[in-house]
Amino acid sequence: MMNTHYGIYGGQYVAETLMPALTELEQAYLEAKRDPEFHKEYQTLLKNYVGRESPLYFAKRLSQSLGGASIYLKREDLNHTGAHKINNTIGQALLAKHMGKTRLIAETGAGMHGVATATVAALLGMECEVFMGSLDVQRQAVNVERMQTLGAKVNPVSEGSATLKDAMNEALRDWTARFKDTFYLIGTVAGPYPYPMLVRDFQSVIGEEARQQCLDQTGRLPDQVIACVGGGSNAMGIFAGFCDYPEVRLVGVEAGGKGLDSGEHAASICGGKVGILHGCKTYLLQNADGQITDTYSVSAGLDYPGVGPEHSFMADSGEAHYVTVNDDDAIAAFDLLARYEGIIPALESAHALAYAIRIAADFPATTTFLVNLSGRGDKDMDTVRKFKQEQGA
Amino acid sequence: MNKLQKIFTRCCQENRAALIIFCSCGYPDMESSEQAIETAINAGADIIELGVPFSDPMADGSIIRKASEVAIRNGATLPKILDMAERLSKRHPETGFILFSYMNILYNYGLEKICRKLPEIGLDGILAVDLPLEEKEELAKPCQENGLHLIALVSPATPLERARKIMSEASGFVYSINVCGVTGVRDLQQQEIVEHLAVLKAHSTVPIAAGFGINDAQAAQRLSQIADGVIVGSAFIKILSGKGEFSQRLEAAREFIADLAKNVRRQP
Repeated sequence: MMNTHYGIYGGQYVAETLMPALTELEQAYLEAKRDPEFHKEYQTLLKNYVGRESPLYFAKRLSQSLGGASIYLKREDLNHTGAHKINNTIGQALLAKHMGKTRLIAETGAGMHGVATATVAALLGMECEVFMGSLDVQRQAVNVERMQTLGAKVNPVSEGSATLKDAMNEALRDWTARFKDTFYLIGTVAGPYPYPMLVRDFQSVIGEEARQQCLDQTGRLPDQVIACVGGGSNAMGIFAGFCDYPEVRLVGVEAGGKGLDSGEHAASICGGKVGILHGCKTYLLQNADGQITDTYSVSAGLDYPGVGPEHSFMADSGEAHYVTVNDDDAIAAFDLLARYEGIIPALESAHALAYAIRIAADFPATTTFLVNLSGRGDKDMDTVRKFKQEQGA
Repeated sequence: MNKLQKIFTRCCQENRAALIIFCSCGYPDMESSEQAIETAINAGADIIELGVPFSDPMADGSIIRKASEVAIRNGATLPKILDMAERLSKRHPETGFILFSYMNILYNYGLEKICRKLPEIGLDGILAVDLPLEEKEELAKPCQENGLHLIALVSPATPLERARKIMSEASGFVYSINVCGVTGVRDLQQQEIVEHLAVLKAHSTVPIAAGFGINDAQAAQRLSQIADGVIVGSAFIKILSGKGEFSQRLEAAREFIADLAKNVRRQP
């Protein structure tokens, strides 16, 4: 058994019934890690199916317009299915196949992880069911259709707040009853051990590539690495390439929604307190009684009341810094990138970008920021239009 | 001898299993749930599991989930439930009481603090659904220091070696989950469960209580032949959430539990 915690965070807070399933998963993963064939299969799919490596792009016009630091974008938006999520789903689905599982289940909020899971299920010929809050099913109708087109069954979850956390509860319940033939494919670096480790490992390709690309293009490491944090998988993936370089400042950007003071946000680290949810101890948004509270962000992918336990650890230890960006700044960054670079970012990624934009002018052009552009924004056009209508802009 | 030991010893002498009833505290509201628990005790429950509702009950089926949602909406909180528990334990000093919840609720209140508080108000044990062997130390330590039982769980999926370790470290009784899945009422594969319980009993020094899915007197009767205790929760809550006046539902619940109490007797 490896260390299952990050300081006080992480762990395996699940019902006894799930423990054998987690043990089986851990053993299978540790074996796969040592298996060159598994790596070869994974790397081949990343190259030929996902389209890796993803480019590192210097956003020259944007940087010049801000008159400060040089902003480089890691283009995860160019991956197949339009976001970083596929790096993880391919890894986990291959693992599931190796374990002899025939059915994949997943939770999804905005639908991106659901689509990435349905995609690999089709690719590998596996049965797939996705749990999705009924509110999200309404809000993300296009992604529901994408999943169905790919052959997945979408199960709306109408309990609780009918969003991502409730979908995750339902997926865990399904898995508790069916782990013999079913693999639960978690989409972020949260959940019980070993999920935070294996999702981080499968996403670390982002950081490994980006570090080398920075060295190739700029001759040095970036000064800051900036990524958005909901559950935190894209951030952990890009941070993974720089953890051994303390001179690189790692910044996680949480969703500030309408502002931390408004109470309507999804900033678990900046605005929450430590608790236990979905199998791990971590920062959570909860009320005084310990009930998990509803979250809010214009970006559905950041709308989760918890955060990966390793982020909680890195926040406490100071290895990474966590800040918030509100809805309106994220929307402004969304527009700015579209106008200056011809790239429409996902609203999640726009949060990371907005932080870079906020501080860019404080630094000279010789300073480099590496921003993880974790997904593309086609899926957000409706949301952005509605947001602007409400703002009367 | 502590209170839980006394209860299981007495039941054994009376040639029956202990009847353990789970109640969603605060459902449909605090006052009604106090009446429901009172009713359960008077109808023959030996031990009460006081369920503290949590917003994200990942191990529960739809009946208890809905009850939890209503309870939270109607203002149930851990401090209010502790006040109610204190009143109940004063009125029923012979009855066993276990606080039953998810870790976040307990962690938020403070693990040390809850473990000091429970014995003071006459409670005997604590059960956290999402606290397996691997994580139990942080709660087991304050439990031990305060003479509180930390109730452990085993499931049909638990390998025997692991079950033996769980049982060797267990206190009070061991909660044996009848099925891989969540709480609820369902048709049980009774023969398999009986066989599983027999294996557990052969390796355990503490009493074994069987729960999950027990929905009628017949199932309770069958499992009572081997288990030291049977646990009924969802079926009880289902009756409380039925149609009609609450007083009528309470009466139906009383009859249901009285019937269970008759059926936990062992056949000669």
